[in-house]
Amino acid sequence: MSAYKEIAWNGIWKQNTILVQVLGLCPLLAVSTNFVNAVSLGLATVVVMLLSNLAISALRALIPYEIRIPVFILIIAALVTVIDLAFNAFLHDLYLVLGIFIPLIVTNCIVLARVEAFAAKNGLRASTLDGIAMGAGFVWVIGLFGAVRELIGQGTLFSGIEMIFPTLSGIQIFPADYPGFLIAMLPPGAFFVLGLLIACRNWLDARANQRLRDRRSHGQPSAATSVAT
Amino acid sequence: MSEPLEVPLRDSGPLRIAVRTAAIMLVFTLVFTALMAGTYRATAPLVAASTKAEKLALIGEVLPFALYDNALLDDWIEVVADKELGVTDATRLYRARLKGQPAALVIEAAAADGYSGRIGLLLAVKASGELLAVRVSEHRETPGLGDYINPKKDRNKSQPWITQFSNLGFDSVPRERWRVKKDGGHFDQRAGATISARAVTNASGRALAWATQRRDKLFNLPAHSRFEESKP
Repeated sequence: MSAYKEIAWNGIWKQNTILVQVLGLCPLLAVSTNFVNAVSLGLATVVVMLLSNLAISALRALIPYEIRIPVFILIIAALVTVIDLAFNAFLHDLYLVLGIFIPLIVTNCIVLARVEAFAAKNGLRASTLDGIAMGAGFVWVIGLFGAVRELIGQGTLFSGIEMIFPTLSGIQIFPADYPGFLIAMLPPGAFFVLGLLIACRNWLDARANQRLRDRRSHGQPSAATSVAT
Repeated sequence: MSEPLEVPLRDSGPLRIAVRTAAIMLVFTLVFTALMAGTYRATAPLVAASTKAEKLALIGEVLPFALYDNALLDDWIEVVADKELGVTDATRLYRARLKGQPAALVIEAAAADGYSGRIGLLLAVKASGELLAVRVSEHRETPGLGDYINPKKDRNKSQPWITQFSNLGFDSVPRERWRVKKDGGHFDQRAGATISARAVTNASGRALAWATQRRDKLFNLPAHSRFEESKP
C-alpha cells in the first residue's frame, strides 16, 4: 500500500513533472495563458499518460530493449491519434473545445519519459497509478500557471469556461479598465512564472526539511536536503 | 544490459539479432498502423457528418436568413482547386438569391500562412461587392494567443476581432489597404499574435477580390456545374 502512496506522492509533489523534472515545457508555455485552456490540456494529458503507461506496461515483455524508444513513440503516437479521432466522432462538442490540445500532447516529452522510466519496468497497476499521479501533478501545476498568467495578463479568472459549462462565465478580478500585462501572456512571462513556482516549491521543501531537522535531537547528522536544483 | 557476448554465436549471431529486431519492429508498426486505420475508418462517417453540420451552422453565421429565399444548399457550383482562394481541393460555392436576383455568394477560402499552418475561412460576399461576414472554419493557432480569430475564443465578446470585416467592400477599404495595421493597412491586429491576423486579413482580401471579379460568371453558371478558371 505504501508503495502506491509513494507513487502518488512522487507524481504530485516529489518528482513533479514540471516543478522538479522540468519536462513538457512546450505545451506548458504555449497553452497556459488562461486557466480553462491550461486545465483542459492537463486533463487531456492525463488520459494519454494513463493509456500509454497501461499499454506499454502490458506490452513490455514483447519490446526488445534496443528498439524500445521507437516502439514507445509508435505506440504513443498511435494512441494519441486514436483518442483524437474517437473524441472527434463521439464527443464532438467537447472536441470543439479540447480538440486543439490533443495533437499538442505528442510534443510532450513527459509521456515518453514516464513510459521509459516507469511503465517499461513496472506492473500494470503501478504503471496506471503512475500515469494518473504524474498527470495529476501536471494538471495542478499547469492550472496554477494558467490562473497566475491570466490574472496578471488580463485581470480575469476562468475566462472561456462558458465553452465547457454554458451556464458559467469568467470572473473579472481586476477593474474592467485593467490594461492587461502582455508579457504575462507571451512565452517570457511563462518563464518568469515557472521560475517563481519552482522557487516556491523549493522554499516549501527546504522549510519542511529544516523543521524535520529541528525536531530531531541536536547534533545528529542531518539528511541531505532533497531540494531540487 | 545483459551480456550479449556470452550468448553462443550460432544461436544468435549479430545478423540474426538484427533480423529478429527488425521483424518485431515491423510487427509493432503493422499492428498499430492497423489500429489507427481501423479507428479512422470507423469514425470517418461520424466525423464527416459533424463537419458538415458545423459548416451549415457557420453558413448561418455569415449569411442572415433574411437576405435570401432560394434553396441555398441546392444552388451550388463546384470550384476546383484555386490558388487565389487558397483551396487545394474542389469546394462548393453556394449562391444566395432573393426573388431570383443574385444576393450573395458563400465561399470557402483558406490561408496557408497561419502561425500553425492552414486557416480555413468561410465568407459571404454580397452581390454588390461587400463582404457580409467572415468566419474561421478551422485553424490550429495557439490557444489563448492566436485563436481570437475564432469569435467564440475572442475575449472581446461585444466586438470580436473577426467582425471588423463585416459589411466592408473595396469601395470603403481600398484593395491595397486590406491588410493589418502593422503592414500599413486598415485592420487591427492583436499584439503578440500578428501572424494569425495577417493570414486571415490577407486571405479574406484575396477571396473578396476573387469573388467580385468573377461575380456575374459565378451567378450565371447552371447549378451543380463546375467552375474552372480558363487557362490564360
